[in-house]
Amino acid sequence: MLGPGIAWYLAAGSAVFTIGMAGVMLRRNPLIMLLSLELMLNGANLVLIAFARQHGSLDGQVFALAVMAVAAAEVVVGLGLVVAMARRKIEIDADLLSRLRK
Amino acid sequence: MSAGNILVWIVWFAAAAGCIGSALAVVAFRNALFAALALIGNLISLAVFYLLLSAEFVAAAQVLIYAGAVMVMFLFVIAYVGWDKDIAWTGGPSWQTLGGVVAAMALLTELVVVIALGATNELRHSNHVSADFGSPASIGRLFMSNHLLAFEVISIVLLVAAIGGVILGAQRRRRRSAGVTR
Repeated sequence: MLGPGIAWYLAAGSAVFTIGMAGVMLRRNPLIMLLSLELMLNGANLVLIAFARQHGSLDGQVFALAVMAVAAAEVVVGLGLVVAMARRKIEIDADLLSRLRK
Repeated sequence: MSAGNILVWIVWFAAAAGCIGSALAVVAFRNALFAALALIGNLISLAVFYLLLSAEFVAAAQVLIYAGAVMVMFLFVIAYVGWDKDIAWTGGPSWQTLGGVVAAMALLTELVVVIALGATNELRHSNHVSADFGSPASIGRLFMSNHLLAFEVISIVLLVAAIGGVILGAQRRRRRSAGVTR
């Protein structure tokens, strides 16, 4: 395998994952929290594909495709919630979300 | 080091810089529109990583589905909700901000230490792969044989998510005038 070894890809994947985790914890805008969630899923995907290459088995790539499908589903539901919040004139802020209960 | 090896290293570092820089930009931008555009850059540099790891089909799917379709949906919703009235960083560093940054840094340190420990022995050697590793044909064959149940479950998940998105996003009518609820 040319270029950097698997460990370099794993380090890049973990960096993306932790940046996304920090985004979910720090930001209060649900849209940006969803974007950060995508970052976390993509960091995990990079690790899956790196290990698939390491072991020479395609199962990791199949699992990464499944993760992409689940991420698309999660985006649909999350954006549906954001649209519902905007339609009810609720401020787009995760700290004020308790008003969605009524 | 051969010339091809050096070229792959250069491509790797360019992709890593784009990947981590745009990931930081997603978290740091006040404007949700710019954050979504930065995420598109992040997804494309991750696709470069996938190509280097000989995952051609996943890289193509990443660019087409993720950076294309999913992000367009994101941009539509951001345009609908509005991006100018964004409440981003609230005042100075609160305990919440501090705790989040410290937890993320601790997790990153742990992960990098574990990877560095593994890099000296197990992770050093990677298997050789054939030319059709990661091609659409081989992945499709795997999906239709070993992972058929996962494939069917994914289709149900997507169907349920589509129905949920419609229900969440649908305009509610007046309950009395419509006769039926919703």
